[in-house]
Amino acid sequence: MTRQIRDVKVLNNREISKGVFILDLSTGLVDAAIEPGQFVQVKIEGSRETFLRRPFSVHDYDASTGILSLLVQVAGPGSLKLSGAGKGDSLNIVFPLGNSFTLPLNGERVLLVGGGCGVAPLLYLGKRIRKAGIEPQFLLGFRESRSVLETGEYELVGKVSITTEDGSMGEKGFVTQHSVLSVDSFDRIYCCGPEPMMKAVAAYALRTDTWCEVSLEHLMACGFGVCLCCVVDTTAGNLCTCTDGPVFNIKNLKW
Amino acid sequence: MVDLSVNLNGLVLKNPVITASGTFGYGSEFDDFIDVSRLGGIILKGITAEPREGNPYPRMAETASGMLNSVGLQNKGIGHFISEIYPVVSEYDTQVILNVNGNNIDDYVKVAGLVSGLGKINAIELNISCPNVKMGGMAFGTVRQSAREVIRAVRNVWNRHLMVKLSPNVTNITEFAVIAEEEGADSVSLINTLLGMAVDSESRRPRLATVTGGLSGPAVKPVALRMVWQVSRAVKIPVVGLGGIMNAADAVEFLIAGASAIQVGTASFIDPDISVRIIDGIGDYCRRHSLSRVTQITGSLEL
Ligand SMILES: Cc1cc2nc3c(=O)[nH]c(=O)nc-3n(C[C@H](O)[C@H](O)[C@H](O)COP(=O)(O)OP(=O)(O)OC[C@H]3O[C@@H](n4cnc5c(N)ncnc54)[C@H](O)[C@@H]3O)c2cc1C
Ligand SMILES: Cc1cc2nc3c(=O)[nH]c(=O)nc-3n(C[C@H](O)[C@H](O)[C@H](O)COP(=O)(O)O)c2cc1C
Ligand code: FES
Repeated sequence: MTRQIRDVKVLNNREISKGVFILDLSTGLVDAAIEPGQFVQVKIEGSRETFLRRPFSVHDYDASTGILSLLVQVAGPGSLKLSGAGKGDSLNIVFPLGNSFTLPLNGERVLLVGGGCGVAPLLYLGKRIRKAGIEPQFLLGFRESRSVLETGEYELVGKVSITTEDGSMGEKGFVTQHSVLSVDSFDRIYCCGPEPMMKAVAAYALRTDTWCEVSLEHLMACGFGVCLCCVVDTTAGNLCTCTDGPVFNIKNLKW
Repeated sequence: MVDLSVNLNGLVLKNPVITASGTFGYGSEFDDFIDVSRLGGIILKGITAEPREGNPYPRMAETASGMLNSVGLQNKGIGHFISEIYPVVSEYDTQVILNVNGNNIDDYVKVAGLVSGLGKINAIELNISCPNVKMGGMAFGTVRQSAREVIRAVRNVWNRHLMVKLSPNVTNITEFAVIAEEEGADSVSLINTLLGMAVDSESRRPRLATVTGGLSGPAVKPVALRMVWQVSRAVKIPVVGLGGIMNAADAVEFLIAGASAIQVGTASFIDPDISVRIIDGIGDYCRRHSLSRVTQITGSLEL
């Protein structure tokens, strides 16, 4: 789909966990080719501290209604302002930006690993994988039970396993220590979360010779390939995470 | 009908709005958002003789009403430009201007010489003001004798329009504008980014991998405007103004201060269609002020 600048209406904004919000936006674009892994650049109006747009993953997109959802964790002034958006407010977004996850082939076993708000792109990815006839396994890691996000929607799509660092919910430890990794094996791993977590998952994938894609969150100024601020060092030299990514196969990263 | 066209010492632009180097890629990145051919001109991402990987990440830090960057002229070199990009940009019906950079005078001369063979490029912008490269770049634009030498050397091999981009990181920018004029530049553009720095107080680390970087955006506009005003009074060649232009009113302020044309930079990151909206806004301004030609705005500051 061609990228565009668009004013969209906030249909709904709800806090799903402390400091984490889901914004449903009416894009007016039905059946648009918006792919899992892509992101939008949101303009933060009326905020003195924010000059640049803020990137957020497509958390969900309903092609029949044109509703696009963002999962927003409050991390600073921009996300704070966004988290206060109310029904009927207008947001200006540039989208859809970036590449997308490579969808699995028929019959493949698929693991989606998310850490904290890195789960954001995985719901839509999971839905698309499910639609293609594969039931994905989610493995979601959080710091503690208080920060675990509601998993109901993920459970409609596939099996959900949880880890918390303090063991207050699910298995104790990091995602890479979860028993599903020792019990099952997978053809494809998709991962998004804090960089140390993604590196640990990438190391696991390399060790077990498993195909793996990760979604990087680098600092971005433009989001569409002109400023060259968002680069990542790859086997092919510096690439832009906003246009060549945010999704990269780990074999192309120098991790 | 308002006549928006401007003639920069022989370089005719259909309107005074040009996009700034390093903020507009090679143009095609904007095809989804705007009709690039509507612009007066586009200045492409800085080019060097050899490919450059640029500086390490992080290369960007947002600051109050602006941003710092330390991209460091990442580009695939003039050879790649000629074979892959030139055919694409040649399709645009606008002045395509190449931003030329180098580590030493020979590099600048080599690039300018190769560009001479490209018929669609009517102008180059000589960047002697990039703060993000260790050798060359700003070193040329902040030392009078080096500035003179590099402009002279390029002037010898390049006979079309020569625009020299000045660094604001000097005590008196008009001296450098005068040198450019004396050495035969056809116009000067200013300002490039202001050298700056940002620190993360929690980690006590610089927010850019290179520690320092170039500041752009509305934060630099008052400085840029002042320099455009000073330079336009010091030289006869046309002045192209830039630095923090976010909308048509900002653009008109630069014209009033003495600029014959303006460049839109960082603003395009936030509003990819802002450059064409600025063209429309300048037209509206002319109509509101009953001006039949945009050139009537240039230097119209009432003192
Ligand atoms: C492609 C992409 C997709 C993203 N998707 C989501 C998402 O779905 N949900 C979500 O909550 N967040 C997402 N982020 C991160 C989000 O963009 C940042 O949290 C946000 O920009 C912070 O802005 P702020 O003004 O609130 O805070 P700031 O004060 O600007 O920053 C607060 C903290 O967040 C960090 N940060 C700032 N910008 C980024 C960035 N671009 N990437 C990562 N960290 C950043 C800063 O280093 C700082 O530590 C994504 C980032 C990228 C690049
Ligand atoms: C990310 C980035 C990259 C830039 N790259 C170049 C460059 O390659 N050559 C150049 O002459 N100026 C470069 N500049 C400077 C701009 O062209 C312009 O002079 C400066 O940003 C001030 O204008 P602005 O405030 O409108 O952005 C760059 C600026 C930014 C923000
Ligand atoms: S954010 Fe500007 S090139 Fe990627």
